[in-house]
Amino acid sequence: MPDGACWGPEETADAAVRAAWTALAQVMDPEIPVLSIIELGIVRAVRRDDGGRLEVVLTPTYSGCPATAMIVLEAELALARAGLTDARVTTTIAPPWTTDWISETGRAKLAEIGIVPPPKAGKRALTAPDETVACPRCGSPDTSVVSPFGSTACKALHRCNACLEPFDVFKCH
Amino acid sequence: MSTQASSRDALFAYALRLGDTSLVLGHRLSEWCGHAPELEEDIALTNIALDLVGHARLLLTYAGDVEGKGRDEDRLAYRRDVFDYRNHLLAEQPNRDFGHTILRQFLHDAWAVELYERLAGSADATLAAIAAKAVKEVRYHVRHSGEWVVRLGDGTDASHARMADALDRLWPYTGEMFERTAGEAELAAAGIAVDAAELKAAWTARVSAVLEEATLPRPADGWMQSGGLRGEHSEHLGYLLAEMQFLQRAYPDATW
Repeated sequence: MPDGACWGPEETADAAVRAAWTALAQVMDPEIPVLSIIELGIVRAVRRDDGGRLEVVLTPTYSGCPATAMIVLEAELALARAGLTDARVTTTIAPPWTTDWISETGRAKLAEIGIVPPPKAGKRALTAPDETVACPRCGSPDTSVVSPFGSTACKALHRCNACLEPFDVFKCH
Repeated sequence: MSTQASSRDALFAYALRLGDTSLVLGHRLSEWCGHAPELEEDIALTNIALDLVGHARLLLTYAGDVEGKGRDEDRLAYRRDVFDYRNHLLAEQPNRDFGHTILRQFLHDAWAVELYERLAGSADATLAAIAAKAVKEVRYHVRHSGEWVVRLGDGTDASHARMADALDRLWPYTGEMFERTAGEAELAAAGIAVDAAELKAAWTARVSAVLEEATLPRPADGWMQSGGLRGEHSEHLGYLLAEMQFLQRAYPDATW
């Protein structure tokens, strides 16, 4: 695990496993295309199954996330392009994904494009409604929630009362 | 019937109950797409719909696995008629106005939170995993629907009157959420299911607190509607399924 709690490549002598991680690093989240699926924390394992076949295990963010099927397809394509034509992609929902698995690099990239990264959840499931969220553009702490449900399942819409710009907040999950 | 077969039937029925309720309510919410009173709420209702349909997919896939007759999520969703559906009657009630929709949602969400928090500790690994995933989402839903109930109930005379009317209409459908499916008590005793009857106290406390803040008097628990868990539904479900299942009925096994 390269940074923080993010799931990521571990030391291995298996060249195909290493190649798979490299290939998966090129697969971007279709709804937030600056983030790779590794940075998003949804690649849960790259391993050999009982038959010795390479298996990539992904986990969905939200139960109904419509991007999941697309991500699985993109991962399969990336593996095939890397010559790993025998690899298969499976999904698991346990343990459930949490925004704490977004890597530090991923958080920095979100902030860079104006999406406020989620606060660390720890034991909490979601952001407290009265939590202060600073504007990603002007830094003012004077902001308000426009809608707890935003443009994608994983985001809420806020507005800055100082510079008046609306902005997305990645929901703590 | 062997013990093993009857417990499999009970688990199938239980997974159907939860899956069908999520699917039907998710479909109802999706009917608001493009019609909600404001853009943000349009997005919120469809976001919640998406989560519910996601839960339904997981639950119906599992129901199909348990049944062992080769039915997958799509087969169960699109090729069963009204009498085979096991959703709560509350879920199939029509949307009417926004207040009615959001109150129906709150009454369900308050139940779903209590259910999934307990089901996450199920001895059945699949149900536990689905519940652990779902509970994070329904906690967010119940906060949203609960806030709206307060805002509209304790709002203008007009919004209060609409909420009071919605409460009168919907209350008789809440009793069914605490009924058990066939074999559910045995599943609960084995630590697999959550006994629905045991959710009543926690649900009542949660709902009462919100209704009080919303200045809406809680109706007395009078005669309650029943039947959804036995496949005896209101007229509304037929229309809903006719729309939801149209494509698979007209073009069986169509894919795209």
